Amino acid sequence: MKDWRARRAAQRAHWRDQRRELVTPEGIDLSFRLASRGARAGALLLDLLMVFAGLVVIAIVMGALGYGAAQVGMEVGEPALNGLMAIAIIAIFLGRFGYFLWFELGPRGATPGKRALGLRVAARPAPDGSGRRLTAEAVIARNLMRDVEVFLPAVFLLSGMFTQTGVSGAAACVWLALFALLPFTNRDRLRAGDIVAGTWVVEHARAKLAPALSVSAGERPAWRFGEAELSVYGERELTVLEGVLRQGDATALRQVADTIGRKIGWQVGEGDECAFLDAFYAALRAHLERGLRFGRRKADKFG
Amino acid sequence: MALPFFRPTPIEPPADIEAASLRSDRFRLQRESDWRRLDGIVTALERNRPRRISDADLLALPVLYRQAASALSVARETSLDAAMLAYLEALVRRAWFQLYGPRSGLVAWLRGFLDGGWSAAVRAIAPEIAVALAIMAAGTLVGWLLVASDPAWFDALVPGGLADARRPGASRDVLLATLGGEEGSGLLVFATALFSNNTAVAVLAFALGFAFGAPTVLLLVYNMAGLGAMLWLFVDAGLGWEFAAWLSIHGTTELSAIALAGAAGLHVGRAMAFPGARTVLNAGAQAGQRAAQVVAGVVLMLLVAGLLEGFGRQLVTAPLPRATIGGSMLAGWLALFVLVRGKDR
Repeated sequence: MKDWRARRAAQRAHWRDQRRELVTPEGIDLSFRLASRGARAGALLLDLLMVFAGLVVIAIVMGALGYGAAQVGMEVGEPALNGLMAIAIIAIFLGRFGYFLWFELGPRGATPGKRALGLRVAARPAPDGSGRRLTAEAVIARNLMRDVEVFLPAVFLLSGMFTQTGVSGAAACVWLALFALLPFTNRDRLRAGDIVAGTWVVEHARAKLAPALSVSAGERPAWRFGEAELSVYGERELTVLEGVLRQGDATALRQVADTIGRKIGWQVGEGDECAFLDAFYAALRAHLERGLRFGRRKADKFG
Repeated sequence: MALPFFRPTPIEPPADIEAASLRSDRFRLQRESDWRRLDGIVTALERNRPRRISDADLLALPVLYRQAASALSVARETSLDAAMLAYLEALVRRAWFQLYGPRSGLVAWLRGFLDGGWSAAVRAIAPEIAVALAIMAAGTLVGWLLVASDPAWFDALVPGGLADARRPGASRDVLLATLGGEEGSGLLVFATALFSNNTAVAVLAFALGFAFGAPTVLLLVYNMAGLGAMLWLFVDAGLGWEFAAWLSIHGTTELSAIALAGAAGLHVGRAMAFPGARTVLNAGAQAGQRAAQVVAGVVLMLLVAGLLEGFGRQLVTAPLPRATIGGSMLAGWLALFVLVRGKDR
């Protein structure tokens, strides 16, 4: 019974885990974070909104041109009006198929909506874990599926709303729900298009290089920490401390300095927190990195 | 003319390396300017402005990438600077996406696609094409037999808006008149609307293959049953040859395209239902990418078909020229699929 529970808990943790690894041809493990389903839904809504707004703008321009033509005295069926009509049909066609394709084929591999939420499309790695190229075919495949997943049921739904036919509306709802729920039924959050194209959507935020923290170590008074004082913490605590130092929030610094002081039996004076924490950070990092070089990893204070 | 905001920002030299008290920070400071240089190149690539990258930078790109990648693997084992690790990991990931991203632009892809890629994909799904053609033939036969047994079926099989004058019981002259052409400038709208609708159907046939191909079969049967019903109507009125010619001018292209799209859907469905030694996901992805290539070509064919139907059929009204155009289009497509083999395939 207990064994079964533990296994289920492990499965759940595995399910919730967002990290995925792949190996580059150089033999480097690259880790990715899968995009959350909410972020993907948000990106899709943004994109649909943009397509819709674009079509509305085109419709307004077309309407204005058509009205102008009517004022001049053109009749339905004149070449210029037919040209307008053809352009409108092509615009709708491009909004439906072209928008997503064009942007996902670009070097960013993301539509504006995905970019806004820090996502991009990537090829799923091969079964042996090696990374694969995102090909044009894959992008085409995932966006052809989008037509059935999103556009068709949406059109059904909209037309059902206007013509009041309940059956087609209900069918469209079921259809939409089936495809929308698909990402919840698999670990990699794949929608139908991802399955057919061999892709997934990952987080792709840019990071800024923060300045090195130990460079300013020279001018501060010498704080010396002994082996016993440095061995109370591990890497996790070091990371937290780094975050606090980089943020530089005064109350947080005070609290952390007090906590560490209590733990190692030091009194940190008022106004000294920053210097103390800087020194403690540098010493702790030096201590833990020395351990690393000897192959000893201390994950956290319990480890 | 160099505008100030387009000028690349110079990379500032790192802080005094010797001042760093930690070995891992010295490691980082020694490499930092290379990383920033790589960052600049990758950013230019991401913005799709490769021309802003200098030749020296472009030459250095692979080296810079490898250096950053190896620095990352060293740093993972020796450094506990979380911010630096996060930056380096994001940088290597971005560089990886650029270096191992889509190999070519859209134009280069299109060239490879037309020069062998498409025809190879079509040849690879030949068994499914045969099945799709058989299903289409069966659908036509079903439509024919149903209407032949009871003309009331006609309304069920042919959507009313399209049928207009073409109904069971219409006289031969009325039917013949519908096969004529019309002059006018509405043809462009007609052609684009046809293209747009047909493409939607073709994409549907492909995408529904995801449900193990069953909906694709239904779609093919339903569409072809309508054609079978029409065929019966015209043959019954003694207009078989005229109708066939009327249909063939664009029909050889359009029906081939529908067959290919259906076959693409069946290909995906078959791969997912019977993945063999591969996992379902892997099999689906392989089949999906191949099928997507076929469907991309189908869109091209439907564009041609739309033009033929919108313009050709309206302007060319005699049966023989129509059939000739249709026949040569079919021969052309077949030649493309069978004969075009790219250099590296």
